[in-house]
Amino acid sequence: MSTELAKDQKAVGQAQSPTGIALLAYLLLGICFGITLTKSEVLSWFRIQEMFRFQSPRMYEIIASAVVVAAASVALIKRLGLKTVSGEPIAIPPKNLGLGIRYAVGGTIFGLGWALTGACPGPLFALVGNGVTVMIVAIGSALAGTWLYGLLRPRLPH
Amino acid sequence: MVASASGPWPWYVAGPAIGLFVPALLIVGNRLFGVSSNLRHLCSAVLPSKLDYFRYDWKRAGLWNLLFAAGILVGGFLAAHWGTSHDVAISEQTRLALTRLGIHDFSGLAPREVFTWPALLTLKGFVSVVLGGFLVGFGAAYAGGCTSGHAISGLADLQLSSLIAVVGFFAGGLLATHFILPLIL
Repeated sequence: MSTELAKDQKAVGQAQSPTGIALLAYLLLGICFGITLTKSEVLSWFRIQEMFRFQSPRMYEIIASAVVVAAASVALIKRLGLKTVSGEPIAIPPKNLGLGIRYAVGGTIFGLGWALTGACPGPLFALVGNGVTVMIVAIGSALAGTWLYGLLRPRLPH
Repeated sequence: MVASASGPWPWYVAGPAIGLFVPALLIVGNRLFGVSSNLRHLCSAVLPSKLDYFRYDWKRAGLWNLLFAAGILVGGFLAAHWGTSHDVAISEQTRLALTRLGIHDFSGLAPREVFTWPALLTLKGFVSVVLGGFLVGFGAAYAGGCTSGHAISGLADLQLSSLIAVVGFFAGGLLATHFILPLIL
């Protein structure tokens, strides 16, 4: 096992098992996020097309303001040294840059899929809820893609 | 107020609302906002495998996120039944460009000519749903995150790797929009 994989494995299994009430909170936050994806229309193939054709600033305004709000919140959390509701210190593990190949190549492959389906993973789930049930097939395909990555991972440059 | 909340949200409500999921998940339990890890957790949970990548305690690492994803589905359902549905009000230019490519039904969230079960048997349906979904899964796993994990969480934490990934997302998206979609639609 490569050290990078070991590190990744550690990061993914590091967190404590959440309590029942926290699990309920994640479900409720997910519901809020599904509503947000729908009401913001970012789950729409049409909006994604409009974005990649640079024909409306809307998607860029949404992404940029989301990043600004998230960044300000993260900065504030770090600065104030806020803890989680159960008193753990909040820490964001830095991503391992490595050669950067995985981000450039993986990112480009993801982008091809993003424009073809018109949806990234969050919206895929939200679209199923919205009645675009054929996206169940897209989720199944995405699972197959993830599995193939797991198979090829030792041979891919990262 | 109720009437305006039931329609599509303006960008300055939608964007900040999306951004707030990052601190919310950190404060609830030190979790990093990112949806595509769920694909890995699902593989780990349902496809028994000897591959190292899928051998970890998915319940401990990912149960929270699988519940978050289940919530997204439920939230999509609730939002679809809350208020009246409208066509997505895309720009006239986009509508014209898509009409030229053969899209005529603008009434849903995604064109019904492409995103229905029977359309899976057409080239455009198969490439968009099956191949597109596959690339989303493979690419997100390879890149170690998707739009939420890299473009929102990663950029918010000023990570260079996420910036590289986001440049890749747009490079791939532009290629597919301008060179692949015209061939298949």
